[in-house]
Amino acid sequence: MGPEDNGMIDLNTTFLVVVIALVLCVILALIRVVRGPTAPDRVVGVDTINTIVIVSMVVFGAAYQEVIYIDVAIVYALLSFISTLFIAKYLEGGEF
Amino acid sequence: MIFDILIYVFIGIGVFFSLLAGIGLIRFPDVYTRLHAGTKCTTFGSIFLIGAVILIGLRMWWGNDVNGSVLAIHSTAALIAILLTNPVGAHAIARAAHRSGVKPVGAVIDELAEKPHEPSRITSKTDTEDAGGD
Repeated sequence: MGPEDNGMIDLNTTFLVVVIALVLCVILALIRVVRGPTAPDRVVGVDTINTIVIVSMVVFGAAYQEVIYIDVAIVYALLSFISTLFIAKYLEGGEF
Repeated sequence: MIFDILIYVFIGIGVFFSLLAGIGLIRFPDVYTRLHAGTKCTTFGSIFLIGAVILIGLRMWWGNDVNGSVLAIHSTAALIAILLTNPVGAHAIARAAHRSGVKPVGAVIDELAEKPHEPSRITSKTDTEDAGGD
């Protein structure tokens, strides 16, 4: 795909393969979210999905040379952290 | 070039540990062991995958491309955000799971029970040892 030889294999194609593997990880975590017997199991699955989505956003931004995806990934990391903390406080059952 | 080989090694380690997190999340029997798989493997894999992106940004920056510096610095910010927020979230989930009454598989006693009105023993058959305590 690249006209000049600046690498062994094309890095953008490698990054798209990496994104497909991360989507497979998201599907594996989604099975746990659906099948989880208790509520903290589902929260663990959602937290794993959040982290993998952040990493795949960074890799996707590196594949297409778009920095805006990485900025979105930073904001998504902080918002998913806050949502995880609030769901944990809700499951804990105490006072806020 | 040795730089490309380092990038591919980082990508391989990151994808391997991310797949390991997914498999462990399916296969482990318990909330706490699933939390081990879903948090630590994902954090380690994200360190190496975003490290590969940072190396690519540094290589573009070395080749007088200004977009490489933006890529490397913003990826470093995302990595710092993941490294700060992921263990805190995992600790909150584990504490919520313990306080909402989820028991580990194969546990006999609960040594983390804080309040005296919470039941400190999971199996209520051995009540004779509990009479002397508290």
